[in-house]
Amino acid sequence: MTTQLGGPATRALPAPEKFRERSESAAGRIVKIVLLGLLVATAIWAAFPLAEGRHWIGLGVLAATTAGLLYLYLTRRHIPAKYLVPGTIFLIVFQIFPVLYTASTAFTNFGDGHRGSKADAVTAIQTASVTRVPGSTEYALSIATAGDPATGALVFLITDPTSRAVSIGDAGGLRPAPGGVTVNSAGRVTAAPGYTVLNAGQASARSREITDFAVPTAAGAIRSAGLSRAYEGKAVRAYDAATDSIRDTVTGQVWRADDELGAFVAADGERLAQGWRVGVGFANFTRVLTDDTISRDFLRTLIWDFVFAIGSTGGTFLLGMFCAIALQSTRMRFRGFYRIVMVLPYAMPSFAMLLVWRDMFNTDFGLINNVLGTGVDWLGTGLTAQLAVLLVQLWLGYPYMFLVTTGALQAIPAELTDATRVDGAGPFQSFRQVKLPLLLVALTPLLISSFAFNFNNFNAIYLTTEGGPFPADNPSNGATDLLITYTYRLAFGGSGAQYGYAAAISIFIFLIVAVVSAVSFRRTRAQEEVYS
Amino acid sequence: MSKWFRQVGWRHLVAVLAVLFSLGPIVFVLSAALNPLGTLSSSTLIPTGASLDNFTRLLSDTDFPSWFLNSVLIAGLAAAASVFLSALAAFAFSRLRFAGRRVGLLSLLLIQMFPQFLAVVALFLIFSRMTDLWPAIGFNTSAGMILLYLGGALGVNTWLMKGFFDTVPKELDESATVDGASHAAIFFRILLPLVAPILAVSGLLAFIGTINEFLLANIFLTDGGSKTLAVGLYGLVQGSERNTNFGIFCAGTLLTAIPTVGVFMYLQRYIVEGLSAGAVKG
Repeated sequence: MTTQLGGPATRALPAPEKFRERSESAAGRIVKIVLLGLLVATAIWAAFPLAEGRHWIGLGVLAATTAGLLYLYLTRRHIPAKYLVPGTIFLIVFQIFPVLYTASTAFTNFGDGHRGSKADAVTAIQTASVTRVPGSTEYALSIATAGDPATGALVFLITDPTSRAVSIGDAGGLRPAPGGVTVNSAGRVTAAPGYTVLNAGQASARSREITDFAVPTAAGAIRSAGLSRAYEGKAVRAYDAATDSIRDTVTGQVWRADDELGAFVAADGERLAQGWRVGVGFANFTRVLTDDTISRDFLRTLIWDFVFAIGSTGGTFLLGMFCAIALQSTRMRFRGFYRIVMVLPYAMPSFAMLLVWRDMFNTDFGLINNVLGTGVDWLGTGLTAQLAVLLVQLWLGYPYMFLVTTGALQAIPAELTDATRVDGAGPFQSFRQVKLPLLLVALTPLLISSFAFNFNNFNAIYLTTEGGPFPADNPSNGATDLLITYTYRLAFGGSGAQYGYAAAISIFIFLIVAVVSAVSFRRTRAQEEVYS
Repeated sequence: MSKWFRQVGWRHLVAVLAVLFSLGPIVFVLSAALNPLGTLSSSTLIPTGASLDNFTRLLSDTDFPSWFLNSVLIAGLAAAASVFLSALAAFAFSRLRFAGRRVGLLSLLLIQMFPQFLAVVALFLIFSRMTDLWPAIGFNTSAGMILLYLGGALGVNTWLMKGFFDTVPKELDESATVDGASHAAIFFRILLPLVAPILAVSGLLAFIGTINEFLLANIFLTDGGSKTLAVGLYGLVQGSERNTNFGIFCAGTLLTAIPTVGVFMYLQRYIVEGLSAGAVKG
């Protein structure tokens, strides 16, 4: 190793950090050059689509990040940053930014019916109200997609019956088709460069989307009539900018824009389904606390969530510890065999085993009822479902606790046990008063993180009971629902997404777990200095 | 009660009961996988017959081979990369002193407590944009999933590792510094070999965690061939397919267990040591 080159003055100064950067070995230098070269290559690769799409801000962020990284690894300063930055970049992009974004949606009404801007909502209301006017022109229609026939964005290829001119229509409007379009004798387009014309089978697979698809035009919109005809219809509901309201030209009904609700509301309180996204302040949070049905659901779920997390963590810890103690004696044979078999559940894929357990609790042909000769509807009633879920958790989790306790027990010096024996303590007393406190000091951090994990253990519930069984009058909140599965259903469940409200609940979850963990960590730290 | 039972016998009793408890569901899966009828309703604890039909059906009728490959690839690379990233960070937190160190450690702990997948709407929007710009790391790609999972690379593992790094005497790197070693040499040549147990354990935990990750994968990987085992196998026992496909599903479960059980057996000697020593210092 070479020593640092530098004047005596620099050498005399105390090092700013514990380590000083020294000249690297040749191999180290090559690795560094290769890695930085890869970084620059990746940055250039990523820059092209950004430049093409004119995303100047994105390009600026990319350039700044790359320059910053090059600076960081080419100078000799900022040693801690050299080690922290790689992971931090991922943390910021895929964890912190999404979390902040989610947190900000908690203050909006974002969700089904409130997804886009007000202009989007107006367009959607107008196009949705398009009805056919007698005598309107009928166009020949071909349905195409940009890209994959099954998932690509839909495009209408429309041929005017008189001029035979072909137009391309999508959600942005109608525009003339470029050259190179093949039209058959019936006037329908059979091929268009850049688009995949769907055949009957492909089109009928997406018929629902096609029926809902509308190409906005000046007079209204073009919609499909079947898979080969299209018509231009007139919007019955029109937006009037002067009064900021929507008027139905047939019934005369008027809905005024309410910028606080993000919806068009009629005088009688009726709301149009299409609204827009507005900030609602703390409404989502207060709803959890003040709305009676919701706060009852929330409280019930919260209590069960605590029971579940404490039960899972405590149960697995007790069983794991008991087994670890039982296997601790060196006088015992087959210890290695027992240990490997006991730990197997931990190594099995838990998502699959959760699904297997779900079927083992099946009333009619589940293993549990078969073996016990009973006919209990395990997952059908609240209490048995909760017991079942806890049993599954015990099975999945105790091997981990067993491993951890085994390790921690090995770390406790045998002299301690011997000393207690000399002092006249029995095995149980010696365990309770010497080993257990030591074990708890060592394992509390793991118990806390296990609690935090189980408090949000989505898979454990979703894959076994999906939160059920549900009371007959309340399909949104089941007996085994954790806050996380309850929130998931609010955000992605069948009856309309409520992202804003779901985000508010996830902030509550975060606060609860953070407080519980902070309090327990504070107590642990009193016993041991973690930050030393 | 004999003296033998009080001292040793009860231990065997506990161990045998625990073994039975552990093995029960696994034997059931095994027997269902071998069950020639392959349905849930005909599956029992003790196999009624043995055939490899379920395995052949799994391999020929489903995309299982590519699910398997995807899962091993994603989980393997993500685990390796995340272990490396957290080892770097843990080194900084354990060995270097800098402004914001304590805040950094605490914020890592805090961020991890936010249920990550509730940010799934935001992640979905980010990925829609990424798919437009760089299809190679967008939806339905293993590369995109690996990047996504690396978002959580720091965090719990960093804490576990920092605890373990702290147990390696600082005198070792001090003497190396005196001998002229750079910080990189100390990290790669001195510390990393000494902390192999915790690297193994963190790697195993990350691997198991990623193989079992269901929700994000379910939303981001919709294309048949790009799915992971969790998404693909879940699809096999959805709705009305649940009873008929149970045998294939169990066959898939057993095959899925092979990489984890393999890694597990291989790393066995490190696991107990790593988990406990890391835990001692949080």
